[in-house]
Amino acid sequence: MTDKTPEKVEEKAKPRTPIETGCPDGFQYMHPTMRKNFGQWKYHEHPKPGVLKHVANSGEEIWTVRAGTQRILDVFTLRKLCDIGDKYADGYVRFTIRSNIEYMVKDANKVDPLIKELEKEGFIVGGTKNSVAMISHTQGWLHCDIPGTDASGVVKAMMDELIDEFKNNEMPNRVHMTTSCCQINCGGQGDIAINIQHTKPPKINHDLVSNVCERPSVVARCPVAAIRPAMVNGKPSLEVDEKKCICCGACYPPCPPMQINDPEHSKLAIWVGGNHSNARSKPTFQKLVAAGIPNNPPRWPEATAIVKRILQAYKEDARDWERINDWIDRIGWPRFFELTELPFTKYHIDNWRGGRKTLNSSTYIRF
Amino acid sequence: MKKHDTPMLDDLETGPWPSFISGIKTLRDKHPDKRINDMTNDLLGQLEHSYETRKGYWKGGTVSVYGYGGGIIPRFSEVGQAFPASKEFHTLRVQPPAGNYYSTSMLRRLADSWEKHGSGLVTFHGQTGNIMFIGATTEATQHFFDDINNYGFDLGGAGPCVRTAMSCVGAGRCEMSNINEHKAHRLLVNNFVDDMHRPALPYKFKFKVSGCPNDCMNSIERADMSVIGTWKDDIKVDQKEFKKYAKLKGRKYIIDNIITRCPTNAISLNDDDSIEIDNKNCVKCMHCLNVVPKALHPGDDRGATVLIGGKRTLKIGDLMGTVIVPFMKLEKDEDWEKLVEIAENTIDFWADNALEHERCGEMIERIGLVNFLDGIGIDVDPNMVANPRESSYVRTDDWDQEAVKWYEKADKKETA
Repeated sequence: MTDKTPEKVEEKAKPRTPIETGCPDGFQYMHPTMRKNFGQWKYHEHPKPGVLKHVANSGEEIWTVRAGTQRILDVFTLRKLCDIGDKYADGYVRFTIRSNIEYMVKDANKVDPLIKELEKEGFIVGGTKNSVAMISHTQGWLHCDIPGTDASGVVKAMMDELIDEFKNNEMPNRVHMTTSCCQINCGGQGDIAINIQHTKPPKINHDLVSNVCERPSVVARCPVAAIRPAMVNGKPSLEVDEKKCICCGACYPPCPPMQINDPEHSKLAIWVGGNHSNARSKPTFQKLVAAGIPNNPPRWPEATAIVKRILQAYKEDARDWERINDWIDRIGWPRFFELTELPFTKYHIDNWRGGRKTLNSSTYIRF
Repeated sequence: MKKHDTPMLDDLETGPWPSFISGIKTLRDKHPDKRINDMTNDLLGQLEHSYETRKGYWKGGTVSVYGYGGGIIPRFSEVGQAFPASKEFHTLRVQPPAGNYYSTSMLRRLADSWEKHGSGLVTFHGQTGNIMFIGATTEATQHFFDDINNYGFDLGGAGPCVRTAMSCVGAGRCEMSNINEHKAHRLLVNNFVDDMHRPALPYKFKFKVSGCPNDCMNSIERADMSVIGTWKDDIKVDQKEFKKYAKLKGRKYIIDNIITRCPTNAISLNDDDSIEIDNKNCVKCMHCLNVVPKALHPGDDRGATVLIGGKRTLKIGDLMGTVIVPFMKLEKDEDWEKLVEIAENTIDFWADNALEHERCGEMIERIGLVNFLDGIGIDVDPNMVANPRESSYVRTDDWDQEAVKWYEKADKKETA
């Protein structure tokens, strides 16, 4: 008791009240040239891969150098990125939605030394315009509670193979790729998406369900009403109508005893044609093109091979400015499957609600 | 410390892309704090175990800082006995500055706080837009939060609440910017700090703000409320610059890549290589501006389009946002207040009417857009639909009254 002064006791009894400031103002962290010309930018150019040049009405310029990193940053790497920012970019940086770091410099002469330094330190300059951008991804085995696969590892393995496409601008238009380690698809929409696709219903640990799960919420969570309450071995549990079950895994987060992940039967699937932009056509969702791909750490070579095949076909066949969805709109799905040598199966035909709108109700057929 | 063998992870240290495994190993081998060495060693051990067995071993739970109910993703290891130093490995979701701008001094300050309390691993940013500080014990979450909260950072959302928002690089650098994206971002999300920190909504609610219809924040696909900059008047054309570009690329390129790509055939190439734009039929898709950013620019009458209801798969399937405000100015104080009011009305109505775990878009799907619009006090507008109803199964009793409303509105617009 001797070391517990009265102040200390009081401190413990009265925890600190949070200051609810919410989202901080980014303006204070903006490069001064950007602050000065806020809302006054006139045009931009793309002098070379990884570099953007923006020119303001005032005539002032800001040069941006974009670099890919491992995304899961350790403090050593973060400080290294800061050192580079201090040396070349007046101490200001930003991050893109795809977790690339960007350095902004006023002086064009600083661009090449900055690129040299970044590359010397192992970062990859690129990811602008018509490149394969950094794959945006989720947490995976490193941190998620419901992952069917890893995320950072899949991305590292794929970017190793796609690095030239990140560093160069040889694609018809930009390619945004995403990965998701479950069917909730936190990774979002992408020109190419690599997502987990479970193929077997959950295995239920009936001993745990009643202790761990709020059964009505689990029943309500199922998109196809395949789950109902049941007594199993004298204990309240849940049962799954396996004929109805679509193996989506939606029951797993609220009820971990309904184990959906399976080392063998949780597969990878590849989707294409998701496009967030309104340019040329309205935003589109991605479409399934390949499934049943083994979940094969540490390098997932089967998934990477298919992604490369799709990219190759797109690169060779698409016209300038066509995103993957634009390209397929022009050439049609039969040709897509032909060019990529992927099988077209009954699983490609949508039977979800509203799915009939995805069928061809015309005589539009390319012979 | 006995280092775990990690043959599968070691394979991810080869190859040209920067390796996150090498980064974690640096923390294990070189960091002066033994706590971090042990924690990252056991993290690698558990991750290797996942790679070998192809299964995840984290489970959730309840962890929070004093006064808040969300913002932390609790992770307890199911194999904590084998990997005790990382058996509690929670993530703190922290809201980044709008537009993801940082000074290196602020990043260093965050790094200092983080290595004092946490694992030393951080991501800029997670898919919702948070800074993800990955790996803290239950006790350390409070200390780390207290530290960074004192210099201006706050937790984001987790659970059924308003989530961290996102905005693009915006007016800070981009000539396509039509609004003050960062102001919209902060006004919206900071109006709902209580709904963010104390999860009590039907499910998550996300705001995303993009400065132009290129929608770099993927807001139509991913945000419950999407605010996208646009303009009403003519595209500004610098004909001299355009002709220069035409000369450089050739006529064929201009025709194939600009003229014929316009979704409403609103551009025509003149004989002298200047262009004529049918601005009344331009839908602001951005394509031509993207191709020739030096010659084509958004007009001066700028504002935003607001869409509601975008989300990903769970539960009924992916949904895009739907236009509920075709255009609104975002200049004067009352414009901004109106934007916040739309968000408040939307969240209030959704909170009152949604089922548990039902996203706003799913509620709209269930009750119909018209009932939602009624609920938030917004009139119907033909810009809200791709086409009018195709099904004849509808009661139209009050057709005449509704038609009168439409004409009255049109008259009001004319006299205004």
